[in-house]
This record gives sequence, C-alpha cells and structure tokens, in this order.
Amino acid sequence: MSPVLLEPVVPLSARRRSVPRWLRRTTGPLFLLVLWQVCSATGVLPSDMLASPGTIAGTASGMIQDGTLPHAMLVSVQRVLNGLVIGGIIGVALALLSGLSRLGEDLVDASVQMFRTIPWVGMIPLFIIWMGIGEAPKIALIALGVTFHLYLNVYAGIRGVDAQLIEAGNSLGLGRWALIRHVVLPGALPGAMTGLRYSLATAWLALVFGETINADDGIGFLLNRAREFFQTDVIVVCLIVYAALGLLADFIVRTLERLLLQWRPTFTGK
Amino acid sequence: MATDLHRQVNPLTKETTDDTAVRVDSLTRSFDGRAVIDNLELTIPQGEFVALLGRSGCGKSTLLRVLAGLDREISGEVLVPQRKAVAFQAPRLMPWKKVWRNVLLGLPGRPGREVAEKALEEVGLGHRTDAWPKTLSGGEAQRASLARALVREPDLLLLDEPFGALDALTRITAQRLVSDLWQSRGCAVLLVTHDVEEALLLADRVLVMDGGVIAHEIRVDRDRPRDIADPYIADLRTQLLDRLGVEAPEAAEVEKVA
Repeated sequence: MSPVLLEPVVPLSARRRSVPRWLRRTTGPLFLLVLWQVCSATGVLPSDMLASPGTIAGTASGMIQDGTLPHAMLVSVQRVLNGLVIGGIIGVALALLSGLSRLGEDLVDASVQMFRTIPWVGMIPLFIIWMGIGEAPKIALIALGVTFHLYLNVYAGIRGVDAQLIEAGNSLGLGRWALIRHVVLPGALPGAMTGLRYSLATAWLALVFGETINADDGIGFLLNRAREFFQTDVIVVCLIVYAALGLLADFIVRTLERLLLQWRPTFTGK
Repeated sequence: MATDLHRQVNPLTKETTDDTAVRVDSLTRSFDGRAVIDNLELTIPQGEFVALLGRSGCGKSTLLRVLAGLDREISGEVLVPQRKAVAFQAPRLMPWKKVWRNVLLGLPGRPGREVAEKALEEVGLGHRTDAWPKTLSGGEAQRASLARALVREPDLLLLDEPFGALDALTRITAQRLVSDLWQSRGCAVLLVTHDVEEALLLADRVLVMDGGVIAHEIRVDRDRPRDIADPYIADLRTQLLDRLGVEAPEAAEVEKVA
C-alpha cells in the first residue's frame, strides 16, 4: 500500500491575525489619503482643482475655531433630525396601517406606491411654491425621502413574519394586540432597521439637495458660498462633514441593531 | 376533576362533563372540495394518552389543528377543554424572546419569572432559562416548547410529531420525559406521530386514521415503562403496521435499519 500524505488541519485561531479588526479596516482609507497628499505635493493634482489634505485640515481647524462650521453643522443636523422624526412617524404609521390589516393595505398601499414613483427631488419647486424658502421645504423634502424607505421596509418586515410563529402565538392564546406586540412587531424589527439605514442615507441626500438650492445657513450654504470663491478646500471640508455625519448616523444604527437584534441567528461573517 | 368543554362552532355554548376531555361528532374538513376529515367521530376521556397514527397526508395533523382551534373552517361538533396546549414539530419559539419569556408568553395575568423557571426545571432546562433560543440544541428547544405548553396546565395536551426532528438518542429521552410529565400531570394527551413503536410505548390507546376517519383502534394494556421487545407489544406492532398498509416482517427490518 502506498503511503498516504497527511496534512495538519490548522485551527482557525492559529490563522487569525494579531492586528485588530478596526485597525485592518482603516488601512484602506488611510492609503488613499496618503496617495492624495503625495499627488498634491508633487503637483499632479493642482490646488485649484482639489486642495491637498494638509490645506484642508488647516481650513477645517480654522472654520471650527471661528465657529462657522459648528454652527452650520448644528443647523444641518437639526434639519435632518426634524425631517427624520416627521418622516419616521408618517412612514411607520402608514406601514403599520397597511401591514397589520388587509383593509389598511387596500386603502393605503396603492396610494403610497403611486407617490413613491415620483422622484422626490422633483418635488423641490412645488415645495418652494407651497412653503417659501425657509426651513419648511427642506424638512419636508427630508421627511418625504424618509417616509417611503421606512414604509416599504417596515411593511415588508411585517408581512415577512413567519406564519408558523403567528400560529404558535395563536395557540398560546394571544389576542390580536398581544400578537402584534409580542410576535409581529419584533419580527418586523430587522426590516425596520434596514429601512432606518436607507432612510438615513436618503435624509442626508435630501439635506444636500435642500441646502444647495436655497439656504442662508447650514453646511449646504457654506458649500455654495465656497463655490462662488473657488475655495476647493472649504468645499472638501463640507463634503467631509457630510460624510462624517452620515458615518456617525450609520454607526448609531449599527449599535442599535447590535442591541435590538442580538437574538437573530444569522451569519455574521468569518 | 371537571373539565370545562367549549364548543368551537358556537363558542357561547359551554358544557361541563365529568369524564370527557375531547368529543368530536361528525367532523368534516375539506380542502378545495376534497374532504381530508370526513364525518369523523372521536372521544377522549380525561387523562388518557392517545396516539394518532396514519399515513402521510391522511389528515392526522389537520385533526390536531382543529382540536387546537387553529383550523376553524369545519363543520360538525367539536368539544375541547378551554385549557389546551400545543407542541409543534418545530419548537416555534419566538427567537426575539429569551427562553423564560417564551414560556410565559400568552399566560394570563403577569406571572413572575419563577413560574417559568419551575416549568423549565421540570423539563430539565433549569440552567437555560436566560438563553436566547438560537443557542439551544434541537432537543433543548423542543423541551422549552414542551415547558411552554405545560406551564398552561392544560387539560388537553396536543403533540404534533414533537420528536420527529430529534436524533434517535434525544428522542428516547424526550419520549420518557413526556411519559413522566403525563403521569404526574394527568392531562389528556393526543400525540400525532408516524412512529408505530413510539405510539405503543407511550399511549393507552392507538388510533389509525385513514380515509378521513378513525379506521382502527387498539388498546395497549401494559404497565409503563414498556419494552419494545415485549411479545405483546411486538404483536400489536405487527397488527398496526398491517393496518398502515406495510408488509409487517419486511417493514420491521426496514424500520430497524432506518
């Protein structure tokens, strides 16, 4: 008999790198940043096209010190929060209405699906005519974007609850409201969290649209004014702030998901 | 012990009897015009352990769902206890509730955690009260599901192939557990199964469902715990397999191998 070649099965822990995961994740962006700085320093990237990371950092610290950036951020974040709350309430309420009852579905769903096909950015002129150029049209725009994402995902979440669990709830003697509270809503939570993520992304997008078209305050206003003076560094600072705020929002949702969905027996990656 | 029976067809009429846990009279349930249960009669006395056998698709699970009140598109008269509980083939625990909250789900009033702990202790799961369902093994989840049924102190316990998804060893332990719990509780049990040996080891009476009715029934007059090698049990087994349309000796071999 010929000898069989044996090979060891390497335990997973032995293969695991000692570098922590968060550090590994930061190397990609860090590399891009260094590349950008090098391109700027060697003149490959002229400063009137895009300022260097160093210049941008200087501008940013100046804007923070004179208070323009914190103030603008506060105004913008407030708009997003207002829009999110209003759109969230409307979206979730409509989703509950059409998700929980067939009557609600017949009355609500068709209308929502119809309005959903309208690109919400196209509503801006109408909102300006209706509400002027103050805070109202910006918040309305954000609320509109948020409403549809939450509606669709919460509705899908409710309708995706396992019928076997509903039946188990029935066999345990749960009434209609107890069933909604203990079975349907927790079951719809994963969908709702997905909806929250999408709607946050949409909220920032709506904010940018709303603020760049007409604003005398907020990050979008800074962005527009910088355009008139060809200040690419200020423009990039504003974009970074938008991105950072979006990242922060995503972090908050991820934390929420970790806390609220820890029961989920799903694949978490190797 | 008087069981409070209530008529599902008309929930307003209630009836109190001294010795009956289930009474079914000319029950019919059709799917698209095809009668799966066809004019079925069934009586289960209080405290009796009944096993219901039948070929796949014979309507035994449908009958259980009717008794559980989950299927009401029926005609005929069905009387079942108000306090009844179901354990399904899949444990059907709410994944978003810890085990002890699953056990208490749907109980009237605001029962404390100790009620759940006691029930879980009874099924040997006292150490997993605080676990998420996803961390339970198949046998543990099934026992949690059993605790959830028993904590309701049912007069009728409906078991829908509760051991079907368990491995052979876990199944034996779970069968003993159900037998012990039944003996200490004294509730009527209807066990739907396709396992002839399981039926003979556990039940007072074994029913065979065929053609939408109870086509055959045998009584098992043997003390517990029973032995499958007992000639009396083996003889009943042959009879039942015959009734189920399986050639007995060959089938016995096949079942042992499987």
